[in-house]
Amino acid sequence: MPQSATQNQNDSPGATAWDAHGQLEVLTFEVGDERLAVEAVTIREILDLLPETPVPGAHALVGSVINFRGKIIPIADLRIAFGMPLEEPTPDSRIVVIEIELDGEETQIGLRTDKVNEVTLLERTTSAPPPVLGMRWRRTYARALARQGEAVIVLPDLPAIFASLSHPQGLGSGETSMEHAA
Amino acid sequence: MSEPDPAAAFRIEAADLLDATEQALLDLTHDLASRDLVDTVFRGMHTLKGSGAMFGFDALAAFTHHCETAFDKVRKGVVPASAELVAITLGAMDHMRTLVDFDADDPALEEAGNAILERLHQALGSTPDAGGEAPPAAQPMAAANASSAPGGWHIVFRLPAEAIANGTNPLILLDELRELGDAEIHILTDTVPPLDELDPTLCYLGWDVTLKGAATHEDIEDVFIFVMDDMDLTIEALEGEAPPDAGAVQAAAPTSAPAPAESPRSPAPRSARAAEESVRVPAGRLDVLMDRVGELVIVQSRLAQLAESGLRGAAGELALRSISEEVERLASELRDTTMVLRMVPIAALFGRFRRLVHDLAHETGKEIELVTEGESTEIDKTVSEQLADPIVHLIRNACDHGLETPEERDKAGKATTGRIRLSAEQAGGEVLITITDDGRGINRQRVRAKAEANGLLQPGQVVPDSELLQMIFHPGFSTAEQVTSLSGRGVGMDVVKRTIETLRGTIDMTSEPGKGSTITLRIPLTLAIIEGLLVRVGQGNYVIPLAAVEECIELSLEEDIRTRGRSMISLRGRLVPFLRLREVFQTGTRPDPYQKIVVIGTGGERVGLVVDQIIGSHQTVIKSLSGLHRRLPSFSGATILGDGGVALILDIVQLVALGQQQEERLRAAG
Repeated sequence: MPQSATQNQNDSPGATAWDAHGQLEVLTFEVGDERLAVEAVTIREILDLLPETPVPGAHALVGSVINFRGKIIPIADLRIAFGMPLEEPTPDSRIVVIEIELDGEETQIGLRTDKVNEVTLLERTTSAPPPVLGMRWRRTYARALARQGEAVIVLPDLPAIFASLSHPQGLGSGETSMEHAA
Repeated sequence: MSEPDPAAAFRIEAADLLDATEQALLDLTHDLASRDLVDTVFRGMHTLKGSGAMFGFDALAAFTHHCETAFDKVRKGVVPASAELVAITLGAMDHMRTLVDFDADDPALEEAGNAILERLHQALGSTPDAGGEAPPAAQPMAAANASSAPGGWHIVFRLPAEAIANGTNPLILLDELRELGDAEIHILTDTVPPLDELDPTLCYLGWDVTLKGAATHEDIEDVFIFVMDDMDLTIEALEGEAPPDAGAVQAAAPTSAPAPAESPRSPAPRSARAAEESVRVPAGRLDVLMDRVGELVIVQSRLAQLAESGLRGAAGELALRSISEEVERLASELRDTTMVLRMVPIAALFGRFRRLVHDLAHETGKEIELVTEGESTEIDKTVSEQLADPIVHLIRNACDHGLETPEERDKAGKATTGRIRLSAEQAGGEVLITITDDGRGINRQRVRAKAEANGLLQPGQVVPDSELLQMIFHPGFSTAEQVTSLSGRGVGMDVVKRTIETLRGTIDMTSEPGKGSTITLRIPLTLAIIEGLLVRVGQGNYVIPLAAVEECIELSLEEDIRTRGRSMISLRGRLVPFLRLREVFQTGTRPDPYQKIVVIGTGGERVGLVVDQIIGSHQTVIKSLSGLHRRLPSFSGATILGDGGVALILDIVQLVALGQQQEERLRAAG
C-alpha cells in the first residue's frame, strides 16, 4: 500500500511522475471505448458496484455518493468529462477508488469503470503529450497518451477534471441544475 | 505513542496558570485591598517562574521574577496594590504569554519586556535597576556566575524544616550533585534536637558538600531549583584542595544509585504552538467509559459463544435477540459517554471575555461591568473554540455601539456603569448563550436607512421589526460608517452569523430602544451526532434534523392540486410557504398519494417541506461530504443508514432561506 498520494505529481497538474527509468506503474481500465490509466500509487481499492445515492443538485460528473468503509465518497463518471454517452453497468463494471489532492485536501473518489484491466508499466519513450487536434475531449483533461501494443492509453489529468467543477463553465454539459439555482 | 514534549506540557500548564492569575488580577481591580487575591497572583507568578526555569524558559522566568517581586512587596505591605500596578501587570501577563509561545532570545521581545518592567518599577516607586532589591533567586545571579570554578565548589545547604513533609527528597538532591562531579558530602547535625523533642516529619539536617569537577554555578542551582526560594544555600568557589572534615559523618545516601536525569534543556527551537490539541477529561468519566467497554467485551464473548454453540431455532433466535438488545443499549451508552468526554465547561470560554471587557472599558473610556452566568454549562470543545471569535465580536459591538458613555447614561437616568450580561444554559440538545447589554439599543432608523441604501429594502417598504433587526446579519449590510478602532476588525455580523450556522446553530436578536439589546445564540451540544427525522423523497432517503422539525401534517391530493403554483398552506391562521422537495431535487418520480409536509423552523421563520413518506426518527452520525459536494446549498452532510446506504442531511438554514425567497417571489407576483 503506498504511503500517500502526495508522492505523485498531482500538486502540479499536467506533470507525469515518470520514475528514474522512464517508467510509470499504472492501473489500466476502460471507460466506454477508451482505455485509461491512473497511477497505481493513487489507487486505494477496486470495488464491485455498490448502491449509490444520487446527490440532487450536484454536477453529473459526481452525481452520486457511496458509503466506502464508513466514509461518504463521491462517485465520478468520467464519461461525462469525455463527452461519452451514458451506458448501463455491465457485469465487468467496477468502482476504482483513488485518492488525489484537490484544493490542498486529500480526497477519495470512486471512478466508475466498465472494466478493470491490469497493473502495468508504461514507458516514457512510447508516450506523447496529447495532440492539439483529433481528440474529442478537452485537451487539458489528458496529460499524456501512451502506446501499448496496438492500443493507446490515455492518462487523464484527474485534478484538472475535478478542479473544473469549481468553475462551472468549464464543463458546459451535464449540469443538472436545481430549480432554485437559477 | 510519541514521546511527549515537555515544553508543550509546560505551555499547556502555563496557559492555565496565566488564565487563573489573570482572573485574579481582574478581580483585584474591583477589590484592591484583598489579600487573598494578591496572594493568588503572587503564587501564580511564583509557580510560573519556577516551572518556566525548570523547562528552560529562562527569559520567561527572569521576566516573571520581577513581577513576582513586585507582588511580593504588595503582599508584605511595602507598597499598596494600585489600579496602575494591576494594569501594568496585566500588560506583563500578555508579555509572559508571548514569552511562553516564543521563548527565543529576540532583542525586540527583551526590549518590550524591559519597557514593561520599567513601568512596573516606576509604579512601585523604586529605580528600574534591580540593584536595590533582594537578589533574584532564579536567573540573574546564575548568569553572573555561570563560569565554573577550577578548584570545584563548596556548597552548604539546609532545607526548610517542612521540606520532607512537602515532598522534597534530600537524597535525590544529593544524587544530582554527585552526577555533577566528584562530591564529598558531609552531614551537619548541629541543629538536631534531643530525641524527645524531635518531630519525625521535620528536617533538621544540613549538608556540606565539596564538589569537584567542571560543574558551573548554574548547574548547581539547577539542582535546587524547586526548593531554592525557601532554603539556605551558599555556594562558594574553592581555591585549592580543601581537606575534608574528618569528624563528619558520611551521609547515608547510596553512592551509586542512579539519579533521575534532569530533563536536558532542549536547544532545539520551539515551535510556536503545540500542534496537538488536548482535552482535559475528569478521571471519573474515563472510568465510566472503561466500564462500558468492559461490558462490551463481555457481550462480545457471549456472541462468540452463541456462534460457536450452533444453537438453532427459536432458542437461538431468542439468545441472539437478547444479545442484540444488549449491544444496542451499550452502543447508545458508549455514544453518550464518549460524547461527554469532549465536553468542557463554558467557564473557560467566558473567562477570556473578562479581560476583553476590561480592556474595552479602558479603550472606550466607558464604565463596563461584565456579569457571567451559567459558567458550568458544558459544551463540545470544538464548538467552544469556534464560538470564541463570534462572541468576541458581539461583545465588542455591545461595548462599542451598544453602551453609552457615562455622561450619556447619566442623562438617560441610568447607572453610569454599563452592564453586559453573558449567560449560558442548556435547553434540551442545545446550549443557549445570551449576550445582553443595557445600552441604547439598535437605532431602527439607521438600520432602515442603511438597508435602503444597500437595496435590501424598498424605500417605505413595511417590514416587521424582527425582520428589520435581521438586516444587520445580512452580508450586504455594511457597517462601514460605524467602524471604529474597536470593531473594525474585518469581522462583520454576517461572518458571525455564518460561523454560528456552520456550528448548526442559530442567532437571534431583540432590541429595545433606550433599554439595550439581547443576542441569543442557540448552539447544538455536539457536532457529531444528531437526532434526525428520516424521510423519503422519490427514491432517495433524507434526514431532517429533528431539532428543527416543528410538526408534520398531511398534504391531501386535493390540497396539493389546489396549491399548485401557489405553494402556501395556512397553518393556524399563518401562511407558511412550502417546498416540494420532489421538484427541488428533480427526482422525476410521481408523488405518493399521501404526501406529508414537514414544517421546519429556525428562529421565527417557518417553511414546509413536502416529502413522500416519513420513515421515522433516526440517530444520525454526521459524516461530512467530500470537497466536490461541499458547496451544494441543500445539504449539510450525510449519514449512513442501517442497511449501509447513504442518506443526505438537509441544510435547514438554506432550505428556510429558499422557502422565503419563494414566498417573496409569490408576493411580488401576486
